[in-house]
Amino acid sequence: MADPLSGLYQEIILDHSRRRAGDRVLEAADGEHFERNPTCGDEITVQVAFEPGTDRIAQFAWHGSGCSISMSSASMLAEMAGGLTAAELVQKVGVFREMMRSKGGGEPDEDELGDAIAFHGTSKYVMRVKCAMLAWVAAETAVSGG
Amino acid sequence: MLSTAPPLTDHDVELIRRDFPALAATVNGEPLAYLDSGATAQRPLAVLDAEREFLLHHNAAVHRGAHTLAGEATELFEDARESVARFIGAQVEEIAWTSNATDAINTVAYGFTNASRGRGGVGARRFALSAGDEIVVTEAEHHANLIPWQELAATTGATLRFVPVRDDGTWDAEDARAVIGDRTRILAFSHVSNVTGFVAPVDELVAAAHAVGALVVLDACQSAPHRALDMAALGVDFAVFSGHKMLGPTGIGVLFGRRELLDAMPPFRTGGSMITTVTMESAEFLPAPQRFEAGTQPVSQAVALGAAVRYLSGVGLDRIEAWEEHLADRMLRGLAEIPGIRTIGRPAGHARAGLAAFDVVGVHAHDVGQFLDARGIAVRVGHHCTQPLHRRLGLTASTRASGYLYTTTDEVDRMLGAVADVRGYFGVS
Repeated sequence: MADPLSGLYQEIILDHSRRRAGDRVLEAADGEHFERNPTCGDEITVQVAFEPGTDRIAQFAWHGSGCSISMSSASMLAEMAGGLTAAELVQKVGVFREMMRSKGGGEPDEDELGDAIAFHGTSKYVMRVKCAMLAWVAAETAVSGG
Repeated sequence: MLSTAPPLTDHDVELIRRDFPALAATVNGEPLAYLDSGATAQRPLAVLDAEREFLLHHNAAVHRGAHTLAGEATELFEDARESVARFIGAQVEEIAWTSNATDAINTVAYGFTNASRGRGGVGARRFALSAGDEIVVTEAEHHANLIPWQELAATTGATLRFVPVRDDGTWDAEDARAVIGDRTRILAFSHVSNVTGFVAPVDELVAAAHAVGALVVLDACQSAPHRALDMAALGVDFAVFSGHKMLGPTGIGVLFGRRELLDAMPPFRTGGSMITTVTMESAEFLPAPQRFEAGTQPVSQAVALGAAVRYLSGVGLDRIEAWEEHLADRMLRGLAEIPGIRTIGRPAGHARAGLAAFDVVGVHAHDVGQFLDARGIAVRVGHHCTQPLHRRLGLTASTRASGYLYTTTDEVDRMLGAVADVRGYFGVS
């Protein structure tokens, strides 16, 4: 029997939800932001540390609790955030947001989003879009200084 | 106390389901198993037809106008009030329409606020709070029965205290008596918890509150739809519930208040339809219930709620309660056999409403709900508007299955079968 949830829970998403890359706490951060999804109680704190004298991300960390969608999207973002400037990360968040608003339409931008195009399937589940966006929204504010 | 009425049978439930076309839906290729009646119930044709019949043939503004339709609409509107009054053992003047239970609690809380500001004259002094007075709730309350009291405390200087829950999410009269004191003015609690299904010992709590002169506000959202209520016997001062959880429409709820209290309490919503004499400077208010019904009311919804309570009475609340005990018992025993499930509340064998909330250890409730939805099973996930209770139990969210008079044993079994597969699917062991 085909798994009716395979569009939502792709293997890479379930894998990241267990692996939780970047789930740690930085002792010194240049930017930090906390976000909560009040409907389900999911919460996350994103921290960034820049390379000295620049706004290029040297370290990206997050800590939080939530569903497999919110945790895996944080994990994927953490894997691609290192080395980006603040502006580049904000741009990436914008592209991700656009994909999450597509309700499954359009072609996801793999160059910009890498593995995170897996969430294109999630965009069809309107009640889960906020889950996927949680870490990205927090990161957007964190790189602006929190 | 466990119910002694003969429960409905699976055969009865099959007949009842014919009245609920929404239950015949297919969801994600599977027959719908609707286990979210604690959030909102489906509606029988009798309720839908009553609202449609009203709108097709009797719709008009109530309590005004001399034309025929206005008279018919007023009569049906007031008939519905009478049906609801009879349904809960109250007098008709003790039933005020609100838009839902939240609105009803706010009506009481802001009645206290206005009395504390001196509104309502001498007769309203019993509702006036000041610094040192205490409002007591429990740690298990729905946010609707918590936040209005927080606001009332903040505006009057009163202190909000709470009865702590135990590790299983329940509490008892002794716990409450340890918190109720000489300065307690209000005791507000849910009759039946929307998370643990715990049934509060109303008699003992009313006695404890009245012994210190406090008024009792009962959140009956999870009891009025599921068990026979008699306000006179319960002895509470106020009670609230929502239409949409008891086969009725959204947008209609009920505030019950003992007659002398409702007549004395200052309204918080003022305007048309609730006055006797109006000058440019001031107004005199009608007695209850009209003083709480300013502005145009949800008339067709009230008429439909009247049909809903008549439908429930026709089936028999004792039989519904007994059937839900069967459902809860099956849920609890089934969940207890599945590895990695933590059920909230007491185990099988205690009186509880027909619901079970649980944590699938290692899998977030949203993922559990999504997995069940793919099999056509509708459950509630999240904190169920009880963040403090979840925090106390070390959870941020849980999954809740809640049944009703139309829930079959087979639907419960399908839910249990799906829950048993959740941890494997998400790779948790």
